Amino acid sequence: MAGQTDPHISLFSPQEVEFMAEDEMVEIVPNMNMDPLNFIAGDYGRFVPQIPTQVPLWLAVALKRRGKCTFRPPAWLSVDNLTQVLEAEREPQSKFQPLPSGYIEIARLLFDHARDDIPDMYMVKSLVEDIRDVRLHKLETNLGTFGADTTAVKMNNVSAMEVNLVRPFVIRALEAFYKHDKPERDADRDARSSSSSSSRQPPREANNEPRRPLRQR
Amino acid sequence: MASNSEMGSADFESLLSTSDVELLKRAWRNEKAAPEILPYQGDLVERAKGQIELVEGNIEDYVEDGIDPLVVSLYQMDLDRTQFLLRSYLRVRLLKIEKFMFHILKSEEAESRLSEQEKAFARRCAADLTKHFEESVLLKLPENYQTVQKQSLISDEDDMVPEPNLDTFVVCRSKNSLKLNLYEEGETPVILDLDRGEPSFVRYRAVKRAFESGEVELI
Repeated sequence: MAGQTDPHISLFSPQEVEFMAEDEMVEIVPNMNMDPLNFIAGDYGRFVPQIPTQVPLWLAVALKRRGKCTFRPPAWLSVDNLTQVLEAEREPQSKFQPLPSGYIEIARLLFDHARDDIPDMYMVKSLVEDIRDVRLHKLETNLGTFGADTTAVKMNNVSAMEVNLVRPFVIRALEAFYKHDKPERDADRDARSSSSSSSRQPPREANNEPRRPLRQR
Repeated sequence: MASNSEMGSADFESLLSTSDVELLKRAWRNEKAAPEILPYQGDLVERAKGQIELVEGNIEDYVEDGIDPLVVSLYQMDLDRTQFLLRSYLRVRLLKIEKFMFHILKSEEAESRLSEQEKAFARRCAADLTKHFEESVLLKLPENYQTVQKQSLISDEDDMVPEPNLDTFVVCRSKNSLKLNLYEEGETPVILDLDRGEPSFVRYRAVKRAFESGEVELI
């Protein structure tokens, strides 16, 4: 049902993240003739055989499934580029490499529906998975560095799916730090250690957060 | 009728001329990410509804005229996507209203963010819930504890009213390089540099003003 993701688990479900990624433009080569399409989302077409056009991903997948076009894989989805990215990601202490925000979703949809349009598909697939693993590992180590003085967390070049993955944890962790940090903020900053939650009770105030429903097994 | 469409990609560059669907998607995303309820985008919803109805009519015509079923199914897909956005947007708002209904009805400012139907919904909901609580529990409690909104008449504030947690953290992205001032309550200001297009986790209260003026967006 629309809008029914449990907000206590995650704001956006993976399907919703994929939905957002499906609006990315990709290039296809149609193999048939078709008039321009006037969608609410925009106007696309007209479709002439062998002439590449730009369409949103969801439209491209729909056409591909009915055998009406072939994909032109995006520039970043090549063995060379991905190998380069993987090397760079594996450097110790490196930041996240620039990748399209929806790279996981786009790659997965292309693998599922357009295998024959990607050269060296198996190689590309395993490269993407390796990149995902390395980045996830980097995210995890980064999360471990949170301290009481973490006011904001930068996520440069992290893709939408990855952000969504860590979002619930980061929010709860940062909230907890902030809450326990409040009575200490007036105290001497040097005296404050950067360990996890303090053992001191914060002063009792009316807790106006909505009550969470009990989890049902 | 036709919205001024740009080939709406999720790229920042296309913010200047965006289609209704793009605007609806952004409104949906913002509403999902924000802890409190945001102002109702009445015009956008009306326009979207109008376009959806138009396309529904068109599709019926196409089916009758016998147009290529492929084309019909593509139009149907686009329609479904737009409908999903609209429905989800409205549902998320309703969820928030249900969660915070007493708080919203208490404050003029929050109430002004609702549409007319939402206000009616909130009032009915609050009335029903109050009645339910009173009949099932409250009237059977001793005198001092009978209000829905306070724990007891001794409390100074309405501490049984759930309030949106503005100190929660959200992921935001700014259109231009921005300097944010955190800890605004007169304490040592910490300046956060937000580069263009870089997502970061920040406390909602700190970005609230920038968000409302449209300089950052929530993702």
